[in-house]
Amino acid sequence: MKTGIVFAGVGGQGVLTASSILGVASLKAGLNVVMSEVHGMAQRGGVVVTEMNIGDAHSPLVGRGEADIIVGFEPVEAYRVLSKAHPGTHVVVNVEPIVPISASLGNAQYPEVQMLLDRMNNLKVYPLEATQIARDLGNVITANIVMLGALSAIPGFPVPADSIKAAIMDKFPKSVHEINLKAFDKGAEQVRKLA
Amino acid sequence: MKHANILIDEPGHKEFLLGNEAIVRGALEAGVDFASTYPGTPSSEIGNVLFYISKKAGMYFEFSTNEKVAMEVSAAAAISGLRAMVFFKHVGLNVAADAFMSTAYIGTHGGLVVITADDPSMHSSQNEQDNRYYAQISGMPMLEPANAQEMKDFMKYAMELSEKIGTPVLFRTTTRVNHVRGIVEYGPLGEKRGKGKFIKNPNKYVPIPANSRRMHLELLERIEKAREEANHSPLNRIELHGGEIGIITSGAAYNYVADFVEKYGLKANILKLGMTHPFPDELVAEFISSVNKVIVVEELEPYLEKNTRTLAQMRRIAVPIYGKLDGYFPRAYEYNPDLIRETFSKILGEKFETEVYSPDEIELPPRPPVLCPGCPHRATYYAAMMALKQLKIKDAIITNDIGCYTLGIQKPYEMADYLLCMGSSIGTAVGFSKATEQKVIGFVGDSTFFHGAIPGLIDAYHNNANLVYVILDNRTTAMTGHQPHPGLPMNGMGEKAPYVDIEKLVRGIGIDFVRTVDPYDVNATIKVFKEAIKHEGIAVIIAKRECALLWDARRRKQGEWWVYEINQDRCTQCGLCSDWLACAAIFKRVDEDGKERVYINDALCDGCGVCATICPFNAIEKKVIR
Repeated sequence: MKTGIVFAGVGGQGVLTASSILGVASLKAGLNVVMSEVHGMAQRGGVVVTEMNIGDAHSPLVGRGEADIIVGFEPVEAYRVLSKAHPGTHVVVNVEPIVPISASLGNAQYPEVQMLLDRMNNLKVYPLEATQIARDLGNVITANIVMLGALSAIPGFPVPADSIKAAIMDKFPKSVHEINLKAFDKGAEQVRKLA
Repeated sequence: MKHANILIDEPGHKEFLLGNEAIVRGALEAGVDFASTYPGTPSSEIGNVLFYISKKAGMYFEFSTNEKVAMEVSAAAAISGLRAMVFFKHVGLNVAADAFMSTAYIGTHGGLVVITADDPSMHSSQNEQDNRYYAQISGMPMLEPANAQEMKDFMKYAMELSEKIGTPVLFRTTTRVNHVRGIVEYGPLGEKRGKGKFIKNPNKYVPIPANSRRMHLELLERIEKAREEANHSPLNRIELHGGEIGIITSGAAYNYVADFVEKYGLKANILKLGMTHPFPDELVAEFISSVNKVIVVEELEPYLEKNTRTLAQMRRIAVPIYGKLDGYFPRAYEYNPDLIRETFSKILGEKFETEVYSPDEIELPPRPPVLCPGCPHRATYYAAMMALKQLKIKDAIITNDIGCYTLGIQKPYEMADYLLCMGSSIGTAVGFSKATEQKVIGFVGDSTFFHGAIPGLIDAYHNNANLVYVILDNRTTAMTGHQPHPGLPMNGMGEKAPYVDIEKLVRGIGIDFVRTVDPYDVNATIKVFKEAIKHEGIAVIIAKRECALLWDARRRKQGEWWVYEINQDRCTQCGLCSDWLACAAIFKRVDEDGKERVYINDALCDGCGVCATICPFNAIEKKVIR
């Protein structure tokens, strides 16, 4: 048994941080985990994708049809990785767009978010305002933890929320534990409402 | 992972480690005394971990000026009896190749492991050369780990092998091993040797021709000794699945093969090679004789495949072999689970089904890598672009170099016309200035300047070149994750260190036109660019401003944060900030009234204020968050 997860977003949104927290949480929960990330040029503003298999797997990459869960930190980036999904894949998606330069310079058009969501048929889609929730909590960079919370509430998710919370506390200094745990719970609450 | 966790002295302890972190753990378990590098993706995190832990671990570590120096530094440590490792990205081995080849001839006393981090698919490289051929050309034994646990385990093996045979060992990794995280179980930490002792023996260590002729024969003997090792190494193992198909594979490709065989219950035995040079001829001959079909799965060049085919011919083993040479597997880009499934379908004539979701085709806006919001290079490129526009120069040749700033290639800046390798911005600028009548401007980063541009700048001066050379001094090696370099008052062990003043160095060559500017002061920078472009001879501009990410991190720590926002009452939507500065945080949106307006994304803005500086209508305002 394995659970294939694809995280997709924009550099600066904390995609790498969130996915490696989940990796540590998997270890804490006694689960095998392999994850792949790409570092390099341009840390902010470009596409960031990490892939992860929890359970019986050697490959750190998720093949087409092997993503059981997609965590989209940004609507267009969520859509871009849908070819990894299978019918019924859970898609958690932060609905706040980050418009790329290509659209600002008029070389491309940013699609309507609602249209993107509407086209995600045959999938279990959980749209949420992760960035806005984080902004309301007082720090927009905790949006990635809102997303982790959301992910944890998907029915049948293999990693227990407590392990993820423990990994969050390992990762950050005490001073920001409270805001991050709040962000986590808010995210989980949103998905529970939709599930 | 917290850096200190790499030092936990508790065999059996488990950590979720990046492949590069696991390498460091393996080196520590091997009792490594000494390490050197020049940072390069995908090898960089090895150095980042050592930066934090080397002092505590009681070992020496340096960020060398370039890979050749790094190779030389570690070779000397190893010949003095210490265990040493040197690491860089694949093209870094090209820079180090001269020293690397000689170490193969001379051999070593202490373990010497040379890590090459190859980058199939070129996630952050100019080519995807397969450095396994460096093992063949040099005669060094080579290991190819496939996952984080093997990164650790193989490092220890590599050190021991190196000492046993008396040769440096090439440790060949790829992005999908370096940048893979997995669970790693620790072994005991190794004993350190402290200081080495060099025992003179010029006949053995100085490759003048008379010595080299003997050394080459000794090298060939070592290769045969290592081949014996490869034939019996536990790193080369056979996984039996009771089949008549034999798969030979190594490195990252193994992971996809193993999952595929498991998922579809394929009756295929797998020969998983971890030590791939010298080629384990006996082992492979026995394996391919035991099956009636051989499939070789490896990324990039047909290294294992050619060796297997040669062996089959020599031993008269008439088994069909499938790979790249017959066109089944590609020779470019990294592999993945889909490619394995599809190619096995073709070879075996069998369908391996998987249920795939097919999203509706929607045209999505591309999101290529961009300079970060706040990046000082953006301000410098904007200034250069504006200076050229104001001087009405359209055909200037822009040579660029390797770093984040290569992204200046993008619109609207278009500040990269020619690029070869680290440091090439200056040599190529000299060439263009001599070969054409066009204006030539070269751009180089601070770390790259030290790495490989100084000889070129001396060449420019000595040969009277006519060019503008811009040193983008962001006070760090940014692209690879903020390592120190010789221009900073800190070394690889985090100690206070003497630093090289770039302006003094440039003046020391004899160059007179040298101006240091702060790129955030855009108007002053445009003025200096215009002056430099009009100057006859060499003009050097040092655009000095710390990398925005370091600045951001410091302010976040101090709890200070501000962003900029557009005052829509004053904004005329002229587009100077969105279309010409083109900051990644600035975007346009069509509002409900149908009008398009420029906005700043508060989640991306880092508060540099360059947009506010250039705004002709004072419409961009600072907003303090905390």
